[in-house]
Amino acid sequence: MKNALLMEMRNIKKDFFGNRVLSDINITLREGEVLGLCGENGAGKSTLMKILFGMDVIRETGGYEGDILLRGEKVQFNTPFDALNAGIGMVHQEFSLIPGFTAAENIVLNREPQKKNVISEIFGDRLNTLDYNEITGRAEKAIEKMGFAIDKDMVISNMPVGHKQFTEIARELSKDQLKLLILDEPTAVLTEKEAEALLASVRSMSEKGIAVIFITHRLQEILAVCDTVVVMRDGVVVSEKPASESSVAEISKLMVGRSVGNAEKSVVTDKKVIKETDKTIMSVKRLWVDMPGETVRDVSIDIKEGEILGIGGLAGQGKLGIPNGIMGLYEAGGTIEFEGKEIPLNSPRRCLDSGIAFVSEDRRGVGLLLDESLEWNVAFPAMQINGKFLKKFGPMSWRDEKGIREVTERYIDELKIKCVGSKQKAKELSGGNQQKVCLAKAFALEPKFLFVSEPTRGIDVGAKALVLDALKRFNRESGVTVVMISSELEELRQTCDRVAIVSGGKIAGILPATAPSEDFGMLMVSMVK
Amino acid sequence: METIQKKTLGERIVAAANAFGLPRMIIAGFLLVLFIAAPLVGVNFFTQITNTINRFSWNAVLVLAMVPMIHSGCGLNFGLPLGIISGLLGATLSIQFGFTGPMSFVMAVLIATPFAVIFGTGYGWLLNRIKGGEMMIATYVGFSSVSFMCMMWLLIPYTHPQMVWGYSGKGLRTTISLEGFYDKVLANFLKIEIGNLSIPVGTLLVFAFLAFLMWAFLHTKTGTAMTAVGSNPTFAKAAGVNVDKMRMLSVVMSTWLAAIGILIYEQGFGFIQLYMAPFNMALPAVSAILIGGASVNKASITNVIIGTFLFQGIVTMTPTVMNSMIQMDMSEVIRVIASNGMILYALTRKTEAAK
Repeated sequence: MKNALLMEMRNIKKDFFGNRVLSDINITLREGEVLGLCGENGAGKSTLMKILFGMDVIRETGGYEGDILLRGEKVQFNTPFDALNAGIGMVHQEFSLIPGFTAAENIVLNREPQKKNVISEIFGDRLNTLDYNEITGRAEKAIEKMGFAIDKDMVISNMPVGHKQFTEIARELSKDQLKLLILDEPTAVLTEKEAEALLASVRSMSEKGIAVIFITHRLQEILAVCDTVVVMRDGVVVSEKPASESSVAEISKLMVGRSVGNAEKSVVTDKKVIKETDKTIMSVKRLWVDMPGETVRDVSIDIKEGEILGIGGLAGQGKLGIPNGIMGLYEAGGTIEFEGKEIPLNSPRRCLDSGIAFVSEDRRGVGLLLDESLEWNVAFPAMQINGKFLKKFGPMSWRDEKGIREVTERYIDELKIKCVGSKQKAKELSGGNQQKVCLAKAFALEPKFLFVSEPTRGIDVGAKALVLDALKRFNRESGVTVVMISSELEELRQTCDRVAIVSGGKIAGILPATAPSEDFGMLMVSMVK
Repeated sequence: METIQKKTLGERIVAAANAFGLPRMIIAGFLLVLFIAAPLVGVNFFTQITNTINRFSWNAVLVLAMVPMIHSGCGLNFGLPLGIISGLLGATLSIQFGFTGPMSFVMAVLIATPFAVIFGTGYGWLLNRIKGGEMMIATYVGFSSVSFMCMMWLLIPYTHPQMVWGYSGKGLRTTISLEGFYDKVLANFLKIEIGNLSIPVGTLLVFAFLAFLMWAFLHTKTGTAMTAVGSNPTFAKAAGVNVDKMRMLSVVMSTWLAAIGILIYEQGFGFIQLYMAPFNMALPAVSAILIGGASVNKASITNVIIGTFLFQGIVTMTPTVMNSMIQMDMSEVIRVIASNGMILYALTRKTEAAK
């Protein structure tokens, strides 16, 4: 028997500054239904949930098109409070708990039961005393509803991370009007056992008539707990079907597979075949990197001379940690051999001196001198590392302003950097052009080996093609080995010769770029922790 | 290339005014009014010009001392008294060891240098451990070093009769006359005198030389690295620059320039001032460079010159002109408002420096 219709999304569309991120989303949800939502990073899952939850960012960027119907009535949430009042709860990826309060206090926060006292009789309700017995009672009820026992009197800061997650869920459950709960990657921080308990509690919620939208990268969980699976890709729903008729392989294929026709064609052109016997330029052994949010646990990989190696994987699995660790920007351990010599870790200078360059994914934080001219940005590392663009004058080495201007102008032409001149400040350029400046900076170093981290993040399609093309040309013409780290699998498949997939802080596998995308999809989710 | 739109004349004026900065305009305007008013209220114009140039020559190097630390991202050097103390140690020890005349100045510089390097290294080490809170810590380094030296001036066994207290024969006086030592050694070198106007060419030349060295340094590889460290430390680190070493170097440079600056100040002023005197030297220097258009993280030699001139102009002109006009001493009030107001203004906006 099917339950009554709870929520319906009709033709939801959303764009950020002309960049369409969602188009024609139609989703229906019944009471007590558990809906699994999956898709690659950037597929639009989070944006869709933000719309449903009435987050400020949606309204600030021009709202959305389409209708959301709750029990057949059209609703429009302007703030999360409206959504809360309508019975929608959301547990975010980042915890919003007060560390110094107990679980019970956090559960009823800002909805505390109150008692009148003498002072509040005179000065008004704001000075009511809290009814601690009632607080405990409500917290107990919510915890019971959740079906996983946590200590209601424990202070949040003393809790293991999994229990914090459960506290958040209990907080949502303690709201009597709750009809729909959104869980955004709730199991990402949980141990296996806790994750199982969470799945059980999702099922028990569902039995009590609460609908759940469950977002996760762990596809097994979706199959285990959800009634319906919705797969999103590039802002559209590509599949919506009962979980019982779906499989992990099918979902992962749907997540990554593009419109197979033209993408597949461009993948096969101009690839180098990399063999085990090719000369290794860099050999990474048992690398670990302590980069917050991108922990690398145990990575060993041989990088061959002259290839373009792609490193892909889902966000948070550690792919960004690899270049940042090797280049010494985050604490790291293990051994790195470059051209047969070992390079000490945690020393950016030694890497640069050996001819390794790095284009950081954090353009504004690491990649650029925002307040300085393009000339400085392009020439600075080459000046400091290779002693280029300097003129000797007695014991002093002076900046060679003319040489700096010439090289900057050359790269402005070559990479088609849009600017008013080589003296313009880096912060005045658009994201795509800033990225090109970062590349120019690395090219000017004339490295033997180049790490490029997320080169196309946050830049538009045209600039993307240019950046990727420049990288490829740099590799093919100067014979420089390039390692490109990106969240976009298709981009890696088009540009690289081989693609390694990182999952759970380890290399899950290395495939030639011509391998079918569903194989990559399987690797991506294989060891997700 | 995109086409750049032609700006109308009005827009250009507005843009130029914005680039120059409102506070600088107000202060420059005020100084202009003072110069115009001076002859009207019966104050000799050339005497005023002479005074302004003199005070400029005394203070310019102290203001120049701000530049390296601003470039390396350590902010404004409120710890200037530390460098000044190095200079004072050089000055008093040079006299104590019996040097006189111009030689006493040379020796003061030589003796002050190792002190400045040692103090600057310690100060730099401290600033490297509290990145982000440099200016607050610097202020307290200034305060505590002055207080510490208040004791030391009494305890160090100086014996030179012209420096110690007359009755007890020990402990340094608060003010020591430099007559017979290096009073006006630089100022009198190549001095130009035309009627009421006199220009201390020697002192100005020394400042010009030091300013040139600073400018040249900022154009070297190391100087470029220092600026990059101040602009974006992570960028500099990723480009293989040793961030802590650069910051340390900038602090030592700043401390040494402060030591030299106070010696130049003394030779112009004619006296060594000890005890609490270094206390009052940091704020005028900080506000002078800010009036000159520097910000917390950008400064140029031009900022130093314009700022010192405007600030010292106000300080010299207001007492005479104002006193003649309203028979009341407003100079101190205006100086305090101008210097502290300027610092406050600069700390609220960490954006662009003016050209």
